[in-house]
Formats: sequence, structure tokens, C-alpha cells
Amino acid sequence: MKIFVCVKPVPDTAAKIKVGGGASIDPAGVKFVLGPYDSRAASKAIALRDAAGDGSEVVAVAAGNPNKGESEARKRIKDVLALGADRGILIPDESYENRDPLAVAKALAAAIKNEGEFDLVFTGRQAVDDQAFSVGPMLATLLGVPCVTDVVGLEVDGKTATVKRAAEGRVEVLSVNLPCVITAQRDLAEEQYPKLKEILKANKKKIDTFSFEWPAPAYRVTELSPPPEPAAGKIVGEGPDAVPELVRLLREEAKALSF
Amino acid sequence: MSEFRGVDFFLLDELLTDEELAMREAVRTFVDREFIDNRAIEEHHRAGTFPRDLPQKLGELGVLGPTLPDEYGCLGASSVAYGLMMQELERGDSGLRSFASVQGSLCMYPIYTFGSEEQKRHYLPKMARGELVACFGLTEPDHGSDPGGMETKAVRDGDGWVLNGSKMWITNGGIADIAIVWAKTEEDIRGFIVPTDAPGFSAPSIEGKFSLRASVTSELILQDVRVGPEALLPHSGGLKSPLMCLTQARYGIVWGVIGSMMAVFDEALRYTGSRTQFDRPLSSFQLVQRKLVMMHSELTKAQLIALRLGRLKDEGKMKHYHVSFGKRNNCKAAREVAKLGRELLGANGVCDEYQVMRHLMNIESVYTYEGTNEIHTLALGAHLTGHAAFRG
Repeated sequence: MKIFVCVKPVPDTAAKIKVGGGASIDPAGVKFVLGPYDSRAASKAIALRDAAGDGSEVVAVAAGNPNKGESEARKRIKDVLALGADRGILIPDESYENRDPLAVAKALAAAIKNEGEFDLVFTGRQAVDDQAFSVGPMLATLLGVPCVTDVVGLEVDGKTATVKRAAEGRVEVLSVNLPCVITAQRDLAEEQYPKLKEILKANKKKIDTFSFEWPAPAYRVTELSPPPEPAAGKIVGEGPDAVPELVRLLREEAKALSF
Repeated sequence: MSEFRGVDFFLLDELLTDEELAMREAVRTFVDREFIDNRAIEEHHRAGTFPRDLPQKLGELGVLGPTLPDEYGCLGASSVAYGLMMQELERGDSGLRSFASVQGSLCMYPIYTFGSEEQKRHYLPKMARGELVACFGLTEPDHGSDPGGMETKAVRDGDGWVLNGSKMWITNGGIADIAIVWAKTEEDIRGFIVPTDAPGFSAPSIEGKFSLRASVTSELILQDVRVGPEALLPHSGGLKSPLMCLTQARYGIVWGVIGSMMAVFDEALRYTGSRTQFDRPLSSFQLVQRKLVMMHSELTKAQLIALRLGRLKDEGKMKHYHVSFGKRNNCKAAREVAKLGRELLGANGVCDEYQVMRHLMNIESVYTYEGTNEIHTLALGAHLTGHAAFRG
């Protein structure tokens, strides 16, 4: 089985994002990490490879600016290699910060097509920084394969996969033909942290460079402003009578309850 | 997810390799997931219990004896990477770090350094995986700072040995499968690998500790314990051998206590930033800022010392007195930082809902074991003056 995992460096969720003075966030003091959904996607891909046995491989793919520091994209590929992936592909892009999702999807599709046949491509359901939710479905379209989004469970049997996805208020079970693109929800795999031995091995694994002629941006961010101050809390009533309304709001608006 | 933030005032991360940073991150995440986020460490501390699956988990992670070569199932990691691992474990709890220090620096190191090839191949891979737990018996009830005065004896018996004596304050004692026991033979002090199920060997637990409560501390009693010739570490000889082990473990402590300081500082900074008194955050008061600055300065200086020490070790230039400097300074700093952190948390600082008091209690052991502050002062004094004040 040949599996690709597309990943993106995102600011640590604990990082304080500073905006103002341009169209990108101030990266000073921001720690970049492997996105939490990307990381679950990688863990699932590696588990599938291990179950499939000999001849299977997991390839981590990322686009990023190769000149910034030691390239956050290369580091995130290494993160996936440290979880156990076999090799990586870096797509250099000196204007990565201004790149729109369609361009990124085109680059990823070109890199994957260049590798020939494949069975599965994973992305995270979203990047936790720009939250565009776009690259996975666009990538599937460009590759001409089905896409299943928000996947929480996946079993492969030959050339089909049984996929569970989180829909509103229910879990859908689908049968999907391979190859396909899967965008990972958090529950797709348990969070793994790399073993130290794998971190050392990761440094010896191959990361190839794939050159891509980047198209002119189809859209670009022109301005960033801080999010509005959160609205003051809402008092829905007093005493036991208020409980049903509170539960309704927690379930429907805050999405804090799932029952 | 833990919101812990480390301190890197002097951009020391820029002096670390990607590999070292990635390994630090991996251990940090491990400690968060396994001990902090689920509050497991508080529970173990409160109950005075050792996390029984810790050896295997640390083995899987790879922090047991990681600087030894991979041909013995270890990683061949740098000393700085090892230091960062100890830092992250101790950020969780000194007990976690103590387990790893003893297993790696005090037990795997002597087998690697003084053991036969057969001993290395037999023990080290299992110890690296955490399948075989070891303890280190040097200190005795009547001989702490002066280990050369030891009374434990090993007498030849046919081609083997008979050991008699007792050892005190032995981390991992009650859970160990083997003990590295230092004993006087007719000729010299030698090291022995003693199976803890050997007849005549017992390891009663030391109860009532106010410190390192998530760690096992025991007495070792050896009564006519017979071991074969294969128990002797063939290349051990003299007090220098166990002291070499201590240098390794002390090196890990120099880094470990930085983790304790980071945990305490992080908690104190958050607490004083979010708690309001007199209509202002506590951290806006001058006296509070002074304490925060003192903590941060001690922590930052300790980091500078540890990193330089680690690079010297990797370059083969580290001397025992460098380690004494680091152990003396950083443990004293950690004790001070824990105390200030406790003060800043006010009454909340004495409850185990917060970490400061646990670190404060732990650090009393760490300050004392592996050479007290006084012993390291005298070691440095001897280096500076040429006069060893602790020898008669």
C-alpha cells in the first residue's frame, strides 16, 4: 500500500497570535508544530502501513519556504518521519506565506502524481491556523479520486475502505473505492508521540525535493485584524427552569454537548 | 493539553540541534500526556506510590541509558539530549527523573564501563527497554558523604563471592531485579551485579518520606548472599569506579532540576498573572515581580551552566569538578526557586492542586543526594586550593 500524508506547519495552539502591520501574523516567538489533525492522519497512515506489511510505505509531503530558518516544512516532514513514516517530499515555495489553498492543492497533486500509483492520501480536516478546510477536497478533485472528509474511522480491505465520518448528530459509515483522499478528524487515531529512537532514525531518512512552478495567486490575504472581543456571557434564566434552555444552547450553539 | 511554557530567555534553543529539540519535545509531550494532564503524578505523590508501568513506558520512549551505543539497544544520543530528557522528566516530578537517572547513569553506565562484553549484551538491552530494573547500592547507613568508609564486604567463596552488609537510601531498591552493589574485597572496592532474588538479599522500603513520594526508596540488606564469578564487574576497582557513576548521575541532575524550576516558574507566573488582589493582578506588584525575577534569573543561569557542561561532556572535556559546580549551583537554585514559587502561590501553594509544594518537597532530596551542597563545595575547594578538606 502506498500512502501519502500531506502536512502543514501551524502555530502551536498555545501560542499567542499577534496580528497587525501586514497580511501575515508576526512569527516572532511563535512555535510551529505539526497540526493536530495532520498528526492523527500520520498516525493512522503509519498504522495502516504496518498492518499491510511488506512493500507498503508512507510518504510525508509538505510545501514551504525552504529559506526561512531551517524550513518549518522540512521540520514537520521530519516530525512525520519520527512517527514512523518512510520518506518525505518537500515542495519549495519562497512565497509560501501568501499561497492560496488551490495553489497548494495543485502542488501537492503534482508531487503525488509524479510518484505514480497510490492508494490513500491523507490530509488533516483543517489547518488550525487559517482554517480554510479546502486543500483536502481540492486535492481529491485534482487527482480525480473521491474525498471523504472529517473521518473518524477507517478500515481498508483490498481496493475498498470502510470509512466512518462525523456528520451532524450522527456517524456515517461509507464504503469508498481506493484510491481516495481522506481528511482526518481527531478521533481517527490516538495521539502518538515519537519514540526517541525514531527521531534519530528520522534524520537518516530521505527527504526529496519536488520543484513546482507556482501559479500566480488566485486570491491573497490583504489584511489581518484581531478577532472581535468575545461577547459578554449570556444569562438564560435562573433556577431549574433555566436548565433546558442552557442545555439546548450548550448543545446547539456552543457544541459543547454531544448527547 | 498542558499549557506549560518553557523558559528560553537567552535563546539557547538556537544552540540545540533539531534532533535535540525534537527529543525534548517528545519527552515533554510524554510527560504531559502520561502524568500531568491526567494528574497521575499528583495521585502517585499523594498515595506514595510508584507508577509501576513507568520502567516499560520510559523504555519504549527511549530515555533509559540513551547515550550508550545502539549496539546495546540504546540510542547513542548526545549528552545534551540526555540532559534535556532529564529536564523534561523532572518537570513532571523528581521521582520520574530519579528512576531514569538510577537505571541509566548509575546502573547501565557501570555495566557498560566496567562490565564484560557478555554482561553488556545480557543486561543492557533489557535495561534500556525497562524490562529489567536496577538499583545502585553505594551509600550505607553509617557512610553517606564518605562512601570510602563502607562496611559491606565481598569475600571469595570458591570461584564466586559471598556478600554481607547493608545499603541505605536506595532508589528503585524494592522494585529492582538486579542491584549494582559496591563492596570491599580484600584488595579493593569492586562492583557486583546481584540478582535481588538471591537468598539472603532483601530490600525493605523506607516509609514516611515527605519527598520523592512517587519513587521507591529502600534499604538493601545482604546476608551471606552468594553470587557466581559472573556477578563481578571485571573492570571495576577502587572508590573511583562508583564515583565515576555518580559523576554521570550528577550530570543528569544538573539538567533535571531545571525542569523542576521551569514547572514552578511557569505555575507562579500564571498564578500571579491571573489572581487579582487590591483590584490588580498579583504580578503587577513590585514585591511579586522581584520574586519572579529572582526565580527567572536563577533558572536562566542554571540553563547556561547546564548547556556548557553538556557540550564539554560531549567534547570529552568535562571534569568532575565541573559537574560539582553544576550540581551545587543548580540544586541550590532549584531549592530557592521552589521556595519563592510556593510563597507566590500563597495558601494555594501548600495544596497538591498546584505543583509547587511537590517540587519544593522533592528538591530537598535532590539537594541532598548525589553529594550534598557541602560535599560539592569541598570538591570545588579541593580543586581550587589543592587541599582536600574532607580527607584526614
